[in-house]
Amino acid sequence: MAKTHLTIAETVQMLLHVCRGMQASKDLLSEADRAIGDGDHGVGMARGFEVAQSKLEGQPATTLDVLFQTVGMALLTSVGGAAGAVFGTWFRGGARNLAGREHFDSAALASWLNDGLQAVQERGKAQVGDKTMVDALQPAALRAQALVSLPLEEALPQVAEAARQGMERTKDMVATVG
Amino acid sequence: MKAKKIINDPRNVVTELLEGLVWAYHGRIRKLEGVNALVKTELPPGKVGLLIGGGSGHEPLFHGFIGENMADGAACGNIFAAPTPDVILAATRALDQGKGVLYLYGNYAGDNMNFDIAAEMAAEEGIATRTVRIWDDVASAPPERVDERRGIAGDLFVIKVAGAAAATLDSLDEVYRVTAKARDRVRSMGVAVSAGSLPETGEPTFTLGPDEIEIGMGLHGEAGVSREKLLPADALVDKMMQRILADLPFRRGDEVCLLINDLGATTMMELLIVNRRVRQILEQEGIGVYDTIIGSFCTSQEMAGFSISLMQLDDELKHYYDMPARSFGYTRA
Repeated sequence: MAKTHLTIAETVQMLLHVCRGMQASKDLLSEADRAIGDGDHGVGMARGFEVAQSKLEGQPATTLDVLFQTVGMALLTSVGGAAGAVFGTWFRGGARNLAGREHFDSAALASWLNDGLQAVQERGKAQVGDKTMVDALQPAALRAQALVSLPLEEALPQVAEAARQGMERTKDMVATVG
Repeated sequence: MKAKKIINDPRNVVTELLEGLVWAYHGRIRKLEGVNALVKTELPPGKVGLLIGGGSGHEPLFHGFIGENMADGAACGNIFAAPTPDVILAATRALDQGKGVLYLYGNYAGDNMNFDIAAEMAAEEGIATRTVRIWDDVASAPPERVDERRGIAGDLFVIKVAGAAAATLDSLDEVYRVTAKARDRVRSMGVAVSAGSLPETGEPTFTLGPDEIEIGMGLHGEAGVSREKLLPADALVDKMMQRILADLPFRRGDEVCLLINDLGATTMMELLIVNRRVRQILEQEGIGVYDTIIGSFCTSQEMAGFSISLMQLDDELKHYYDMPARSFGYTRA
């Protein structure tokens, strides 16, 4: 049987895994940024996810909205620049309809991605095709919405693939914002 | 090749440079507890607050422009990165005396979003804010999309006028009006001949060939209007001035303030050679120069290059421009 959802404790573990992964990707992110920006993206993101990690480790797991708010505030207040604002807004905005929820299932994933996408677009005014995170986030949110009836374990790889394909499409785009 | 820098732990550069700046102010500014925000130690009661800010690493911009008839405080980001909303909010609280706070900063996506988030948080606490984004860089977008342009060294003129306005005008709306007017009359353009580097990594923020320059390049290495072979100073200045003058446009009979700004590693010798040509052109165009500022005001680490900024004056702007000002990075007697 495919796993239908993550418990709160497992969701914390997932987020911690993400925090560690982002810190480990510091040089990769900076290298990518150097090609298109000033090369400081990895530094800020590593700093932000380090703070997020310590906040997550330092508080008891409660509900999904608290977890995502915690990560969002950590990013918003420690990454800086445009990245801190949009990633913080994504996590915080995505928590909008997760109050009290304790199961991270496909519906929670879709809720987080769609509300987060809306919040990011309101904040940064970016549309699909502007060569921003919206190009990966929007197809992922759409795919997640279409797969809410699947177990999380089956939905997640498809959602990730949609995001990856969205990211690949940005390679031919010209940046217009930020 | 990694840059040589006189720093300690690269992660501490912002904290340490702000500590050094506080010392340089001899008690006239203080750092807020727990955040990288600096504010004047003594604020005249009942004054409209003027908060500036942006990424660090461009010193003396922004935090070096706190002072008498200048900014009341600055929210300081990490190197080349916008300050975070909690820092901006803390500074806003410290500056608000019931009259509200004007946010004044360069027009970059990160700054816009972080200041907007802070403005929403301030509004929830009952603190009024208004925002002027500086967009003086003519090379960064065409005139019909002026609100997509970046803020560069012209920041100094706008902060100068805003500081004087905020020191004398009683309402946030009036300070906003004068500041926006100054912003709308400033035009700048820069050229980079070699890159600066990030203290955290030591890596240059972009690469130019040995004899290449980029005309109109942004403070962080953002693309400009053209990449060319190194030109003699006069030919380079001619290209830049042509674009700046046509943009507002500046006209015969105008009176302007002129700023020739070093981006970090260009010598005073070169800036003066630039100034010579700028004045020849302005003379020829029949544009009067009311005041000239030459030096390092808006830098990008050891980036070599310079920018030219002009502010078109009217009686009102001249009044505020003429008020004395005192700050670490800029003083007018």
